[in-house]
Amino acid sequence: MRVLYFAWLRERIGVPREEVETSAATVAELVEELRGREDRYALAFSDLAAVRVAVDQEMTTLDAPLAGVREVAFFPPMTGG
Amino acid sequence: MAVRVQEPDFDIGAEMDALTAGNPDIGAVASFTGLVRSGAGEITEMELEHWPGVTEQALEAIEAEARGRWPLQGVTIIHRYGPLAPGARIVLVLTASPHRAAAFEAAEFIMDYLKTRAPFWKREVGPAGAKWVDAREADKQAETRWYTR
Repeated sequence: MRVLYFAWLRERIGVPREEVETSAATVAELVEELRGREDRYALAFSDLAAVRVAVDQEMTTLDAPLAGVREVAFFPPMTGG
Repeated sequence: MAVRVQEPDFDIGAEMDALTAGNPDIGAVASFTGLVRSGAGEITEMELEHWPGVTEQALEAIEAEARGRWPLQGVTIIHRYGPLAPGARIVLVLTASPHRAAAFEAAEFIMDYLKTRAPFWKREVGPAGAKWVDAREADKQAETRWYTR
């Protein structure tokens, strides 16, 4: 699936998007997989309270299921205006 | 188009003219313009990142919700992205209605929802370096107060 990163998550991970092969059943499992890969992911996801997630462009939570999902986006709380 | 996300600046007068043209039933237009603050010299540039495509949808949803709550005859929401200097305009909200109360309230509602629901992220650059702006609890509370109305 496609995984997107914005703002400081993008900076810490070093890419704005990537294709990820995963069998994770939930967003939380996907985060655990990514954290285990490399330090840059562990750093980006070190404080999950500061991370928001959207699945197929809908805001959701870390316990959201990933079955049939094409795109997961991670970002900090929004600061527009 | 009522909602635009763009890099260039906007002209408030031209936007107001476009919103009200040909509609003599509009009796009030409320406008809100957000500007980049310099923070007493701590900010030399503000960089705004967004999620193309999704941002526009979020703003359209916020506009639709405002139209459901107040009798509005027109809404304009323009949000800029990219690098902006102190004093630059960031965001414009125009709400047109027969009477002022609806226009004022709808503009405030749109800004409160936009701050917490539209995918924008601010990064401040200054003499001390660059820093992503943290979301403010006050903005979340400002949004929450509309739930109970």
